[in-house]
Amino acid sequence: MIDVKDVYFTYPNGVEALRGVSLQITDGEFVAIMGQNGAGKTTLVKHFNGLLKPTRGRVLVDDVDTRHVSVATLARKVGFVFQNPDHQLFSETVEDEISFALKNFGFDEKTIKERVNWALNILDLTRYRGTSPFMLSGGERKRVALASVLAWDPKILILDEPTIGQDRNQKERLRQFILQMNHQGKTVVIVTHDIEFVAECEPRVVLMANGKIVADGAARNVLTDPDLIAKSWLILPEITNVLLNLKDIGFPANVMDVYEARDLIIERIGWARK
Amino acid sequence: MSMFDGLKFRNISSPIHRIDPRAKFIYVLTLFIVAVFFNQLIPLLILFFSQIPLVIIAKVKKEWFRLIKGSSFFAAIIFIMNVISLYFYSGYSSFASIIEQASAMTVRFIVLIESFSIFFLTTSPDMLGLSLEQIGIPYEFCFAFTTAIRFVPVLAEEAQTIIDAQRARGLEIEGGNLMKRIRNYIPILIPLIVNAIRRSLELAEAMESRAWGAAEKRTTLYMLKMERRDYCLILISALMLAASIYVWLFIKIPTLTQILNIQG
Repeated sequence: MIDVKDVYFTYPNGVEALRGVSLQITDGEFVAIMGQNGAGKTTLVKHFNGLLKPTRGRVLVDDVDTRHVSVATLARKVGFVFQNPDHQLFSETVEDEISFALKNFGFDEKTIKERVNWALNILDLTRYRGTSPFMLSGGERKRVALASVLAWDPKILILDEPTIGQDRNQKERLRQFILQMNHQGKTVVIVTHDIEFVAECEPRVVLMANGKIVADGAARNVLTDPDLIAKSWLILPEITNVLLNLKDIGFPANVMDVYEARDLIIERIGWARK
Repeated sequence: MSMFDGLKFRNISSPIHRIDPRAKFIYVLTLFIVAVFFNQLIPLLILFFSQIPLVIIAKVKKEWFRLIKGSSFFAAIIFIMNVISLYFYSGYSSFASIIEQASAMTVRFIVLIESFSIFFLTTSPDMLGLSLEQIGIPYEFCFAFTTAIRFVPVLAEEAQTIIDAQRARGLEIEGGNLMKRIRNYIPILIPLIVNAIRRSLELAEAMESRAWGAAEKRTTLYMLKMERRDYCLILISALMLAASIYVWLFIKIPTLTQILNIQG
């Protein structure tokens, strides 16, 4: 469990990125942290594995204060996949890249082999085992980065902007993958401003603006609130927007699922025909 | 704010900012030469304090002070090394004079840092490039120079992100023996270098698509022109150099120890 208690954070250059954030993420939850650029999303999640320590307040990961343990210790539990895979790939082969963290954590040779095979397989990278990560396409590099974190099976998985630069197909596969991980009991935290992606995943949504949490609740309640969304400089999901414009003729304003909207419209057409 | 902000251009308006970079460069160079001329404490202290009015006029006190504070660690090392080596290699000196000589070396270091800081705090990279161009250096080299300077903060930021990303994968930079420590930097240096190369290729493409090198003879929006104040500064620099040569040749500078008559 991650427990953020009234955290303030000021960068060394004087920018106050977090101003009193309190948040609890229980085990097995799926949370999307959203907000405009500079709202403090990435700053907040960097507190979860101790990369940043609060200027004021406390962050507890499984009741351990992040100020008192090393990043390496926390990372064993909290896997963090950075936005840009080019900031972490350095090995000669994909296989070495994935085993890097496992070696850091001191796994034995046999376990490393097993874990690497498992991670390669689950992210459909087995055929690239001996390829240099630098030869891969953007989407594939992103998958290697994800595999390299997933390999040590962290209890909590943080993904910073996982959908950036991914085509529609890749996004759908990513969504399936995240849901699968979440079903297997992992806590998943994604940082994103891809509202359509979040609308399809329907996680718990934490909305941030100016270093504060402005809303926290089910996606269905947060993402369909036009005032909240406007206040955090986001744009409503397309489906919600369509039905919102049809509110006058009796459509609900809190729909964001395509199939649900379809059923509502069919129902309405049937009703009109009668 | 890091100590390196003391070497980064501050875009504000001040009489020092408006001085021609070439004149300023000559002045800084003179300061350098004079600082290396003398190894006694008194002239170096004079040199140090004489720069403070410039810092105040240039409105960069805060950044300047931060750099001085940041370099105090290195200054302390220089001081200690000097005390130790003077103690062992010139056994006949008194303790007071050892301290004075070590202090002189430390102040010299700070003067060098200080003059660098004044130059870079008050000279925009663009102006620097322009002045290189106007003294006849080919534009390609000037461009490479200004681009290199411009990308330093970008690279620094990127390095920090890479360090974070690798620490998140369990890399511990501190600790271990020397070989281990060097090896720890490989996961940081490789992405940094690869990204820098990638970025420079992208930059080259972007420049070419904006017709870089199309004009044989480039014109510039701003032209640097030496004005009276610039010539004044060059004159001051020349006088400073002449005076210090004179002092160096003909006047025996007393040490602080002698003035205060401290017996070691």
